[in-house]
Amino acid sequence: MSDTFEPKIVAFLCNWCAYAGADLAGVARMQYPTNVRLIRLMCTGRINHAFLLNAFRAGADGVMVSG
Amino acid sequence: MRKAQKIGAVTVVGGGISGIQSALDIANSGFKVYLVEEQPSVGGIMARLDKTFPTNDCSSCMMGPKLVELANHPNIEILAYSELLDVKGEPGHFQATVRKKARAVDPEKCVGCGICASKCPTKVPDPFNGGLSERRAIYVPFPQAVPLVYTIDKEHCRYFTKGKCRICEKLCKNKAIRYDQEDEIVTLDTGAVILAGGFEPFDARRKAEYGYGLWPNVVTSLDYERILSAAGPFQGHIQRLSDGKTPDRIAWIQCVGSRDSSIGQDYCSSVCCMYATKQAMITKEHERHIDTTIFFIDMRAQGKGFDRFYERARDEYGVRYVRSMISRVVPVPETDRLQISYVEGSQSPKQEEFDMVVLSVGLCAHPSTIGLAGRLGIDVDAQGFCVTDPLDFVATSRPGIFVSGVFQGPKDIPDSVQQGSSAAAASTALLSEARGSLIHVPPRPEEKDVKGQKPRIGVFVCHCGINIAGVVKVDEVAEYAMTLPGVEYASNCMFACSTDQQKEIKRVIEEKQLNRIVVASCTPRTHEPLFRNTLREAGLNPYLFELANIREQDAWVHQNEPGSATEKAKDLVRMAVSRSSLLEPLHDFSYEVVQRALVIGGGLAGLTAALSIADQGFPVVLVEMTPELGGNARTVYYAQGGGKPAAHVEELIARAESHPLITVYKDAYVMSTMGSCGNFNTILAWQGKHEEIQHGVTIVATGGEEYKPDEYLYGQHPRVMTQREFESLLINDPARAATFKKVTMIQCVGSREPDNLYCSRICCTSAMKNSIKLKEVNPGAQVSVLYRDIRTFGQREMAYQEARKRGVRFFRYEWERKPEVKADGDRLNISMFDANLERQVDMDTDLLVLSAAVRPRAGCKQLSEVLRLPLDEDGFFLEAHLKLRPLDFATAGYFLCGLAQGPKFANEAIAQARGAVSRAMTILSQKEIVAEGVVTEVNPDLCRACGECEQTCLFAAIKVTEVEGGRKQAVVTQALCTGCGACNAACPTGAASLAHFRDKQVNAVIQAL
Repeated sequence: MSDTFEPKIVAFLCNWCAYAGADLAGVARMQYPTNVRLIRLMCTGRINHAFLLNAFRAGADGVMVSG
Repeated sequence: MRKAQKIGAVTVVGGGISGIQSALDIANSGFKVYLVEEQPSVGGIMARLDKTFPTNDCSSCMMGPKLVELANHPNIEILAYSELLDVKGEPGHFQATVRKKARAVDPEKCVGCGICASKCPTKVPDPFNGGLSERRAIYVPFPQAVPLVYTIDKEHCRYFTKGKCRICEKLCKNKAIRYDQEDEIVTLDTGAVILAGGFEPFDARRKAEYGYGLWPNVVTSLDYERILSAAGPFQGHIQRLSDGKTPDRIAWIQCVGSRDSSIGQDYCSSVCCMYATKQAMITKEHERHIDTTIFFIDMRAQGKGFDRFYERARDEYGVRYVRSMISRVVPVPETDRLQISYVEGSQSPKQEEFDMVVLSVGLCAHPSTIGLAGRLGIDVDAQGFCVTDPLDFVATSRPGIFVSGVFQGPKDIPDSVQQGSSAAAASTALLSEARGSLIHVPPRPEEKDVKGQKPRIGVFVCHCGINIAGVVKVDEVAEYAMTLPGVEYASNCMFACSTDQQKEIKRVIEEKQLNRIVVASCTPRTHEPLFRNTLREAGLNPYLFELANIREQDAWVHQNEPGSATEKAKDLVRMAVSRSSLLEPLHDFSYEVVQRALVIGGGLAGLTAALSIADQGFPVVLVEMTPELGGNARTVYYAQGGGKPAAHVEELIARAESHPLITVYKDAYVMSTMGSCGNFNTILAWQGKHEEIQHGVTIVATGGEEYKPDEYLYGQHPRVMTQREFESLLINDPARAATFKKVTMIQCVGSREPDNLYCSRICCTSAMKNSIKLKEVNPGAQVSVLYRDIRTFGQREMAYQEARKRGVRFFRYEWERKPEVKADGDRLNISMFDANLERQVDMDTDLLVLSAAVRPRAGCKQLSEVLRLPLDEDGFFLEAHLKLRPLDFATAGYFLCGLAQGPKFANEAIAQARGAVSRAMTILSQKEIVAEGVVTEVNPDLCRACGECEQTCLFAAIKVTEVEGGRKQAVVTQALCTGCGACNAACPTGAASLAHFRDKQVNAVIQAL
């Protein structure tokens, strides 16, 4: 793996907490790397295993669930 | 005099949490609301808090949804940066005059993009952050402000002070700056007024000996909230102000501006003990190594869950509590540290040094509200708090004008919220005949049928001034969007949310025959409702909309990486487009409400609730377990501060029993209940038979009872009685009461012990009340009170002062060394270890009075099972949220009040009962309930009735049920479904599918990564 490897991260977030937290990070202008894609769900309870596996299949190097 | 119909509108003055609660309750039960707020934004003090006790939830996160609801409510008009000048007329027919102060910004044009503030050259200490950071001369008080409209601070603005600058005017793309804007006077026709002006923190400079304003490392508790806040001046990093160093030792000094006769601040501010405890805990969470010490007089943890919170702070977090009043704070020469001298118990004085000192400032009546009260002819007390009926907290001296929140007296957030609801109920009861007369029902244009059409997607990419466009190349994103499958139209615009742009979106939908819309702008959490409404107005189903969040989650967090931020924006738009092509029209659904209430419990709270609903014009069924109405209140003969609960409850009984809208079942209980919010079916057991009741809401008011002690010789010695029994004696046989020369009271009997780790709230005040009464019938009586902490919170502190003045003696004991009581013939001997004097004290007494705990009713547990409602650790019913939903259960359609929720005073139970009715009216007043279409559907062909979904659902919304043809399958009660989708994940066959978040829709986003 080269030094320039940038992992692609997918995060599934609960609308009421983690997604709101990500919004607040924006309001506070906290800077973080651009290689994360956030997917909003109304509750992380909605997540089934297939979503996680599909994310890897779609090219994600890491998947995060936060809620 | 004209007998016109009353005006179906209420003016609420004060947009803090109490006023917000009133406004939402009133607007949700069929009335128009004018919410008048002095500041440029609503939110009040709560918006400035970091976390809140005793749950340590984030304050602004909790408030967020309420602010969003407020901002989008069709029946609430927010008049921020405005003041109420006068109210003329009579209850039901008032004219309120309001001055809308000139912001120098046109609220119709300002979209809150903030570009003006980013370039404004004038920096001003930011009052929102206690002056610890700077804001510009054009500003919003905080990022989530409602309304999100900028205001020019004319005292500091360069143009207003020096006549030149006008930079903001040049920069504002929407031409919203209006330097020549003038104040505007408007008159509001209103049926009732609620004063919820809140408080002003005590000015710590008045206690010069603590050095606030002199020594930089002395801060107030409100400053410290901002220091703790991640959105505060130091991003949540705890630091001293003198040098920015992380402190090693922080001290809190309690009662700054409270319980202090020397400056006329006699009352207790009710909240400081708990907020200091919270701040110390959060400090430890931020920086484990910081030593935290709280100097206090009495630990006042009188609310629900507070004692557990206090003990956790002390035992688990290691917060140190020192019982000592502090007379001054002295700087340590040649350092930035501060020295405090204190005396603990009978020990000699000690000195300690701290890096920072936090002054726990008290709550003062707000000067502008006091001024307003003067203009309106409303009585206030010596401290500026509103004078109310002793049993009716929300009734001011002027009919039709009500009060709530701290203007009535110092109180915490849940008490302010429930009083806000209570004032709402009092106003809407007055105006019930005018319900629905002034509310605006938005017209619903015919909806286009898009079924079977292939997606024709329109994409709008927002600049948000330079907020997005300053980082992301928006034109490139729009061009890219045009290349995506299904996209028929893509463009970029200055402000996607502006009024003009909504017209443009509607025009394009029509012109290009679009059937899906994607906006790439800010967060859906605040802006989705706006755009959905635009779709609705354009005749498209509002669920055919998707937002790509390229501001909060892109431009703002990647400000230094414009290239990859633009690529990310394209990705986010691609994901949104992919999802949008699979979106389906959904319909909010409605169902009929049975407009009748069931109230369980016929004590003071239940009776008040039943009558209050009947006053609103709706039928009530009142169920009482015992053969008699009235409950505990029948023997609460008089209340501290005035009022006679026992006499009052007799009146309520008479009114309830003769009220045509109230059906009373005595000696009856609830056997079973079915159905859901708006439509319940309950079976009562009554006179050996079953009565079936249809109702839309249920209010639980089952009360509590006095603990019968099994200690201190209670029940074994005739001269040992409970505080309530003593009250009966004082009132019913004062001559006999006067024969006791020495009376001793023991506090916390059955409270604040490992098995019952809660404070019973009322006992300290009851002890004061009865001591004073005894002194009245026999001034020579010697009264001794053996206590652990005196918890006469709020203005009840005056009773404590009065008792001391009358010579009542106080001895403090600690739980580890409880007093010992021995019989001595007719009399009793008590030996105790006085924790203040640190020595043994022996006394004899003619009568021993035990302040016995308030316990939940024995039947609570069974009822909680029948109703499937939770109890807390102590056996009281558990509300939906300790802070902001104190009167609701988590299950929709259920509400609670009175002792069933926790120990409280009679007037608090009355206020809560009214508040619970206000909450219930938001359902009961609707003929039908409209619920969001995002609910789970079950495909019967795939469902195999395994019941996995049923076990997963926290809301009992999905159940395996026998359907037509004798087959079993999972069935969703739409009214109960919250749309979380947990059942989807549990379903092994894919039969359960959450609309708007179906597998294929979520997978479409993932595949477009």
